[in-house]
Amino acid sequence: MLPGYRGLAKRLLEEAGVRVGDFIEIVSGGRRFRGILMPRYELADDLHISLKLENGYNIGVAVDKDTKVRLIERRVERPFEERGRVSRGGVRISFIGTGGTILSRIDYETGAVKPSFTLEDLIDMVPEAEWEYRVDMLEFMKVFSEDLTPRHWAEIALKVAEKVREGFEGVVIAHGTDTMGYTAAALSFALQGLPVPVVLVGSQRSSDRPSSDAALNLRSAFRYAGHGKYAGVFVAMHGGMSDDEIHIHRGTRVRKLHTSRRDAFRSVNASIVARVVGGRDIQYVDVDGLKGRGEGELVVKASFEERVALVKMYPGLQEDILEYLIGSGYRGIVLEGTGLGHIARRLIPVVRRATSMGIVVVMTSQCIWGRVNMNVYSTGRELQQAGVIGLEDMLPETALVKLMWVLGQTDDPEEAGRMMLKNFAGEIGGRSLPEYGVV
Amino acid sequence: MVDYIKLGLRVGLEVHQQLDTRHKLFCNCPTILEDDYVLEIVRRLRPVKSELGEVDPAALFEYKRGREFVYQVTRNSTCLVEMDEEPPHPINREAVEIALTTALMLGSKPVDEIHVMRKEVIDGSNTTGFQRTAIVAMGGQLRCGGRLIGIQTICLEEDAARKIREDGRRVVYRLDRLGIPLIEIATEPDIRTPREAREVALAIGRILRATGRVKRGLGTIRQDLNISIEGGAKTEVKGVQELDLIPKVIEYEVSRQLRLLELREKLRERTSPQELEFNPVDVTEILKGSKSRIIRRGLKRGYRIYALRLKKLSGLIGFELQPGRRFGTELSDYARFWGGVTGIIHTDELPGYGITEEETEMLRKAVGATGKDAVIITIGPRENCIEGLKAVYERVLEAFKGVPEETRAARPDGTTSYSRPRPGAARMYPETDIPPMVVSRELIERLRENLPKTLEERVEEIMMRDGLNRELAEAVVDSEYYRAYEEAVAVGVSPTIAARILTQTIKSLRRSGVPVEKIGEHHLTQLFRALSEGKIVKEAIEDVLSWIARNPEKDISDALQALGIETLTEEEVIKLIDEIIEANKEEIIKAGPRALGIVMKRLMRQIRGRFDGGKAKRLVEKMLKEKGASPTMA
Repeated sequence: MLPGYRGLAKRLLEEAGVRVGDFIEIVSGGRRFRGILMPRYELADDLHISLKLENGYNIGVAVDKDTKVRLIERRVERPFEERGRVSRGGVRISFIGTGGTILSRIDYETGAVKPSFTLEDLIDMVPEAEWEYRVDMLEFMKVFSEDLTPRHWAEIALKVAEKVREGFEGVVIAHGTDTMGYTAAALSFALQGLPVPVVLVGSQRSSDRPSSDAALNLRSAFRYAGHGKYAGVFVAMHGGMSDDEIHIHRGTRVRKLHTSRRDAFRSVNASIVARVVGGRDIQYVDVDGLKGRGEGELVVKASFEERVALVKMYPGLQEDILEYLIGSGYRGIVLEGTGLGHIARRLIPVVRRATSMGIVVVMTSQCIWGRVNMNVYSTGRELQQAGVIGLEDMLPETALVKLMWVLGQTDDPEEAGRMMLKNFAGEIGGRSLPEYGVV
Repeated sequence: MVDYIKLGLRVGLEVHQQLDTRHKLFCNCPTILEDDYVLEIVRRLRPVKSELGEVDPAALFEYKRGREFVYQVTRNSTCLVEMDEEPPHPINREAVEIALTTALMLGSKPVDEIHVMRKEVIDGSNTTGFQRTAIVAMGGQLRCGGRLIGIQTICLEEDAARKIREDGRRVVYRLDRLGIPLIEIATEPDIRTPREAREVALAIGRILRATGRVKRGLGTIRQDLNISIEGGAKTEVKGVQELDLIPKVIEYEVSRQLRLLELREKLRERTSPQELEFNPVDVTEILKGSKSRIIRRGLKRGYRIYALRLKKLSGLIGFELQPGRRFGTELSDYARFWGGVTGIIHTDELPGYGITEEETEMLRKAVGATGKDAVIITIGPRENCIEGLKAVYERVLEAFKGVPEETRAARPDGTTSYSRPRPGAARMYPETDIPPMVVSRELIERLRENLPKTLEERVEEIMMRDGLNRELAEAVVDSEYYRAYEEAVAVGVSPTIAARILTQTIKSLRRSGVPVEKIGEHHLTQLFRALSEGKIVKEAIEDVLSWIARNPEKDISDALQALGIETLTEEEVIKLIDEIIEANKEEIIKAGPRALGIVMKRLMRQIRGRFDGGKAKRLVEKMLKEKGASPTMA
């Protein structure tokens, strides 16, 4: 049990028979230190031992071959105490954990990331969970969102479907933020005709920090899942840098647009669905095309084709990248073109070869905001001739997920092409409104 | 005279000093304060569980009070890091080097590797809910008045946000100060008298200033004190800003602890904790018709009034602990902190506050109190009243034991008020976003070879080199303008003149209300250059500095232009002297030895601030001699 230790430091600790969490003494370089052995930071060197002093501070103590390490007292394991709070409200919510910042808590003594997210923790953050909701907690998976694959999307979709059929009034999914937009899109396509809200929620500051955005995000996600009037798949995250307003985004329209800010998630080429103010007050903004609660009939179509790639056009992009995809059996390519939807003209023959082999090639724009239009310039027209389908104002990431899903539903490229242009979950909008403008 | 040695006084000092670095500790913002802000954000902070699964009770209370924090974002000195919207950058190496230099000067041993920690603070002064802090060195000692005072730790930490105001549940902070590097030097509790504490603070301050890399001026240095006496308890007093207040704070704290021990005896004589009951009674109806402003204002808001009987304690609530601060004041602070009420009123001060004798009697009756009992009332929403009175009740029980361990805040008069219970050690967590920094042997060697001279060494040096007397040399070295002095001497300004300007002139300007803190070092550099090039005479310096202090964004050349200062050449002055002598020939001849004074008086009227007076005098002497008049002064 010496996480993070390597080389000399590790050997000294092993020889002394000590473990992280033990109270030890180190004599090194003529100085004597006492404290609790702490885990080592992954990127740190192997020439220091991390120690928590009695005043609570940590320091690193340099070691050499003459360093002496001695155990003074073994770490005392403290059993985790549940105070036994229950949720006994009337609104039944299924709370599904998939991993990510929002559910993680570091064990500072062992350095392990504890999966523990208890009902206790939840009630601390969402006080209403005690009296307003009846929460069914499910630790479904523990995956950082960058490690999620389409297979995980399918598993989550099936689990959500199960919960919806059990009669829950809403589903809240705790998710890492990095790829939350992709999962939201995947569930939007996989769960057709949802009769209740399914709300994905994450946090940009981990839950074990006093300033975490998790509390308000979660409260608002529960609020919408339990009381929102419209069904579908949504993302609930901060609407600004203040802790006051949470935005409810359509699952197919939302994108993480900032690496660290709590309002990183924005609806692109669309309005938000609603805002939840102060964790309670739901104000609807744009619910066009959404089904009301209880109106839909759930149809689950949870298969995704993984051999679909998203390729960003950049000056100097080489044919061989596309050749590789063709040669490796990929069935779909989403191009993230420049401007209105272009790639270098010299690439057009390769693209034509792809489409002629039955690979579905679609076009989105790396501009993020705005609509693809391949009629304005000759490159666009030539791409259309080559069989490339322009995807209107669809987000590139949503287009990728959708193409994976479409190819999971049909083997026919032509049918797939038609499906790509059909609006299944609000992923395509007919009108580009000025208020969708760039943030 | 109080015998502090006999009382077993032990004081530990923590000096916090802002460093004058180019950037903040964990981001690239400059370390400046600003008058304006461009954006406000609103946040809430939640206490988190420590690794023991515990929540700091004081933190939890602050949270439950539903406090909201408003942060003002400034244009030039705030970025996403201060807003807690971006992870911290690696620790500022410039700040680390200053801290290590200070450590070496105190004989403190640097740690081998610096680990940044998070110290939980949820009063809103940090957007993150914790203060980042790291131990840089441990041990060492300071000689002060013949005694050795041990150094415990030297830490580097981020300064907190600046509190602008507090209205009810909303506290407004400005983010410009958040993240400015602070060095914290904590001594062992080796200090034995109030005076010695001041001496130690002074000595530490002088070492910090010797680095030449610390900020100067109001609010840039702050002292915390740990004070205990035999039989008392360790009290932590935060935020003593003035050096001269230190002995007073200690004296008052000692007397407070002694008085609390006295109070304990009186309490025990009267009754025992078992006899005191917690039975708050709603007395809103009784005071409904009261003319008291406090009561009326509260009732208008729909508040309730609750009363608590403290059996047999009449007279003791008004027991004085510090000048102007009674036991009741302490109870009031507790009620305010734990209950969020505005305070308490007790029968030892009634009738009063517009509450009549008759109403007081009715109050007593309502809680079943006799004249021997004390009654405490408070006003607010029901739950706040109950929590507030509960805190009062528990504090009274505490008084039977003696002095509770507390964190207290220093007030400008040297007395202190309760701010919270002393925090446990369990509120420190590693800052996982910042990699540890190895303190290499090479770095320590380089810093050791380049240690700055101590202030004493500097005094000796400039006395020898520049011929200043000790008084002036010490004044220069002690002033915040030492660097400017060195530059002045380097460009050829007379050391005495430079020293006088930087000490006496600036001091007298400050006294007459000129905001001299706005004068930048670059202004002084420009000024001395102008002086050495003869573009300005020393008589004009006062005016120029006043002007610059009021227009700090401008340069010295702007000042000269604005004030119409252009210097005269020697030829021009000779011509003027000539004119004066010609025009007053008769008077001058009659005046004999007083001739010099007559001419000088007239001449200075015309050239003051544009030509050096001493030089002018020599010219007049010479010319009077040439013209046959007596040049000697009377």
